[in-house]
Amino acid sequence: MAEMTYLEAINKGIEEEMARDEKVVIFGEDVGGVKGGVFGVTKGLAQKFGDDRCFNTPLTEGEIAGLATGLGLVGYRPIGEFQFADYMLPAVNQILSEAGRMRYRTKGDWTAPVVFRAPYGGGVRGGFYHSQSTEKIFFGQPGLRIVTPSNPRDAKGMIKAAIRSDDPVIFYEHKRLYRLLKADVPEDDYIVPIDKAKVVREGSDITVIGYGMVLQHAMNAAEKLAKEGIEAEVVDVRSIYPLDKETLVEAAKKTGKVLLVTEDNKEGSVMGEIAAIISEEALFDLDAPIQRVAGPDVPAMGYALPLEREFLVNEEKVMDAMRELAEF
Amino acid sequence: MKKLKSSGLSKEEIIQAYQAILRGRRLDERLWQLTRIGKTSFNISGQGAEVAQVAMALAFEPEKDYFLPYYRDMTACLVWGMTPKDIILGSFGKEDDPSSHGRQMPNHYGSKEHNIVSHSSTVSTQMPLATGVAYAAQLENKDYVALTTTGEGSANQGEVQEAMNFAGVKKLPVIFVVENNDYAISVGSKEQYANKKMSERAAGYGFSGETVDGSDFTETYLAFVKAVKDARAGKGPALIEMMVSRLTSHSADDDHTIYRSKEELDTLKEKDPLLAFEKQLIDEGYMTKEEMQAMDKELKAEINKATDDAEAMLDPTPESLYEQVYAE
Amino acid sequence: MSIKNVEMPNLGESVTEASVTMWLVNPGDKVSRYDPLMEVVSDKVTTEVPSDMDGVVKELLIELDTDVPIGTPVMTIEVEGGASEEESKSEEPKEEPKEEPKEEPITAAPEPAEKPTISAKAEAPKAKGAGAARYSPAVMRLAQEKNIDLTEVEGTGKDGRITRKDIMNYEPAKHVEKEMPVAVEPKEGPTKVSAEGKHVDEPTPSAPASSKPKPSGEPIQAQHRDEVVPATGIRKAIAKKMVQSTTEIPHAWVMVEADVTNIVKLRNQTKETFKTQEGISLSYFPFFVKAVVQALKKNPKMNTSWDNGNIIYHKDINLSIAVTTEDNLFVPVIHNADRYSLAGLAKEINRLASDVRSGHLKSEDMQGGTFTVNNTGTLGSVQSMGIINHPQAAILQVESINKRLVPTEDGGFKTADMINLCLSIDHRILDGMQAGNFLKDVKENLKRFSTDSDLY
Repeated sequence: MAEMTYLEAINKGIEEEMARDEKVVIFGEDVGGVKGGVFGVTKGLAQKFGDDRCFNTPLTEGEIAGLATGLGLVGYRPIGEFQFADYMLPAVNQILSEAGRMRYRTKGDWTAPVVFRAPYGGGVRGGFYHSQSTEKIFFGQPGLRIVTPSNPRDAKGMIKAAIRSDDPVIFYEHKRLYRLLKADVPEDDYIVPIDKAKVVREGSDITVIGYGMVLQHAMNAAEKLAKEGIEAEVVDVRSIYPLDKETLVEAAKKTGKVLLVTEDNKEGSVMGEIAAIISEEALFDLDAPIQRVAGPDVPAMGYALPLEREFLVNEEKVMDAMRELAEF
Repeated sequence: MKKLKSSGLSKEEIIQAYQAILRGRRLDERLWQLTRIGKTSFNISGQGAEVAQVAMALAFEPEKDYFLPYYRDMTACLVWGMTPKDIILGSFGKEDDPSSHGRQMPNHYGSKEHNIVSHSSTVSTQMPLATGVAYAAQLENKDYVALTTTGEGSANQGEVQEAMNFAGVKKLPVIFVVENNDYAISVGSKEQYANKKMSERAAGYGFSGETVDGSDFTETYLAFVKAVKDARAGKGPALIEMMVSRLTSHSADDDHTIYRSKEELDTLKEKDPLLAFEKQLIDEGYMTKEEMQAMDKELKAEINKATDDAEAMLDPTPESLYEQVYAE
Repeated sequence: MSIKNVEMPNLGESVTEASVTMWLVNPGDKVSRYDPLMEVVSDKVTTEVPSDMDGVVKELLIELDTDVPIGTPVMTIEVEGGASEEESKSEEPKEEPKEEPKEEPITAAPEPAEKPTISAKAEAPKAKGAGAARYSPAVMRLAQEKNIDLTEVEGTGKDGRITRKDIMNYEPAKHVEKEMPVAVEPKEGPTKVSAEGKHVDEPTPSAPASSKPKPSGEPIQAQHRDEVVPATGIRKAIAKKMVQSTTEIPHAWVMVEADVTNIVKLRNQTKETFKTQEGISLSYFPFFVKAVVQALKKNPKMNTSWDNGNIIYHKDINLSIAVTTEDNLFVPVIHNADRYSLAGLAKEINRLASDVRSGHLKSEDMQGGTFTVNNTGTLGSVQSMGIINHPQAAILQVESINKRLVPTEDGGFKTADMINLCLSIDHRILDGMQAGNFLKDVKENLKRFSTDSDLY
């Protein structure tokens, strides 16, 4: 075991995979050289594995995605980094029309075993285009996987699983978690499945479902509410698409009171789909209307601190909603 | 027109080239007939580009080079290894269609067996993919080359510029081809780009560009021979613009008599590159008219058989809709 | 030898019809596979159509330059061997190809499908299934509100689950009869007095109160042994009107209860004489119509129509009354209802109802209604939600009269004849306030009747 940040765990996971399999290559804007990414996730990789396997690309997100897919076609395990999740938008056509469709449109003859990494989420004064959650754009696109870890241990295990996956995987990293979270991470070669949600706290009064930064808020709130006698079951979605319906529905049935938490806008987020699944599968176990805590329906969080704070889900907002639901 | 002899190809090879051209023409005519009989629902053809496509494809080694075509490249795909039956299977949407197993519309060619990469309909998305394939060759120090094509309308997509830019930066063994038939559906090339020649764009990305007369077999062939040789030698990419004709409507869903005058269409027919090539073969003593007629008869029989064989194959089962969404 | 059809081929995405502009062959010509047969033109393309067979052209089936649907046979070719299409199709009724409906929304399925959908469930009472004890939140709420013992309710949902509709249609006192659809009228004559003896009995107008007609979403598959009967023109017209009303008009509902003890007394006291003098029975209905007409005079906003952003205030009070026959619903109109005395109203109602039943209702008697009164009480209904008669602004459902214990002002109890009045309003025009005022006036008008009131 070694204590690692979320960021270090991702770096370690990539490093281990690059050492294990020479077909793993990584690239993006500022990814290569001595800088190793604007957040430093790829630091040291170019030195260790050479400038051919860890390299810079021009500022061309469509090309980053297409380059990855092309490499994937001929047996590579490429990792394309988008500097920010917001910058994936110029690459949407490549990600959806090529990587996401390749296996299906050739019935498995050609495949795109690629990983697209992207830091997402707010809380870093990033304003519009350095704070957004973009997962809903790629959500509901069969053929693509979307995952995000919410702690350092999962971060390492999941990036390794994503690299080994034969499917195209969008790997979202919450940029606020990069250095916020520190935890013991096993040093051995382990994998965390990328198609499973995880119950991260057991409780019998309410069920809170979320991923990323908001999950931290939910965990902290759950500990505080335990002192008031409210026990929350907390589920880390992890696999955003396809969803692990079984775990989510089971957790919903367990307490009958479901709170869905997301940093994304309230309407049209991934949580709407989770709510639909739960209402389809668990109506007769529900004891309260399914509730959501989410960002407001405005285009993005503003740069100014009051605007950013107002937009973001925080511990207090989650705790209030949890308490209210427990009392319902 | 350059003499066929100066291509450096033997008489036998030239006659085989003619057979490939004629096969492409006759097969495309069959695909139109099948659409008009109502047995297939779509066709989009490369009539008028067959001479150029054969001259292009003959400069490569299909067993090791990769081809990332666009939808008018049927004749080139035949040279690369696909059979008329393979093509017709795609038009019928049969399970054994090597391009997509009945999943994509006709004319979206691909074949894992023959290193022909599947392509989408959102035009030119194959170009960034070609850079990935070419980058792999560089990583492995192999001398294979990636060939990728598109039309002069589609060449204006942003992804084309991104791909060419990256290929220039990395000096990748990739050859970009624009098959310029002067029409993007109904819109003439004047409304598509302002350069005098599309090939001038290569200079902007730091590699060489050349425009060839696609009805001149030898000129086209030799341009590709040089480009392929340079690419294999690590000298980087090339852009070749082939001036070709579009003898038919854009597709089975289009009627070009609406936007092309009768005079224009008559001229096109007169200048049919196939007829010019036949004249050249006779003039330069490669074949007689009788030999050509005999070959035509053989090809028609071959295509009749291919049609019957393909039609007799199985359709995909409804259950197969659910297959190969993700790695199994 | 057999005859094969050549059909108009599909000529592009979204193209539905095309025409032949030129025949390239004539009857008697020998053709080979892939030989061009004709030139066709559609919105999208002009093209030659080749042959799919070797044979001899037999017949040209359509006129030149005439659009026909894609798939229409346009030519026949005689080929060697095989069964001809005419032979193989000989058992099907010969019809013009155009008139063959391509998709039938409702089809009689030969095999019972796994999931029974609607209808044909009433045949045998079901044993309570696994779903019987699973109550949805909506069912629980309604059961509490209506004080219904859910164990007494028979569920019609999957595995015997009690649906929201089951609760809404449930009537504890007479749930044995609940199978009877609300809008169906007994075949002959006026409905006679019910167990309570206080029914509004004649001339029995009524309308389907109850739930909204569902716009057909998924086609409903008729099940094994089901009979599929096309709706009559009148039924379709009713359906259309109902859908228009429910889709266009945002409905809101209000219900009040009124004390009509005096009216019951008045009617009992006068009905014999009235029958003798007028030759028709005196029902309760004219009393309510009268009370409504008076209230409309005082509340002109109830007598309006919504017209594309404008509100039309109708000068005349033309009262529609719902009259059902065995199969259908008519809504004849008492024109200038404010000019009739009580007896006059009774006679006019009687005339309209008789005309409906004898099929002699004139079209002018159907037109110009500005407000509807619906006598749901004849069905024993105590509460219903009427669908507004488009383009009117409101409909009043007059429910059945029932004896009830009510508190007196001095703290005791008395028996009174009580009735529920259920009002549906077009919420674009009217709000709860106007509805409440109107109903208050109706109530007061009803109360004002006494044994001294004059019927004329």
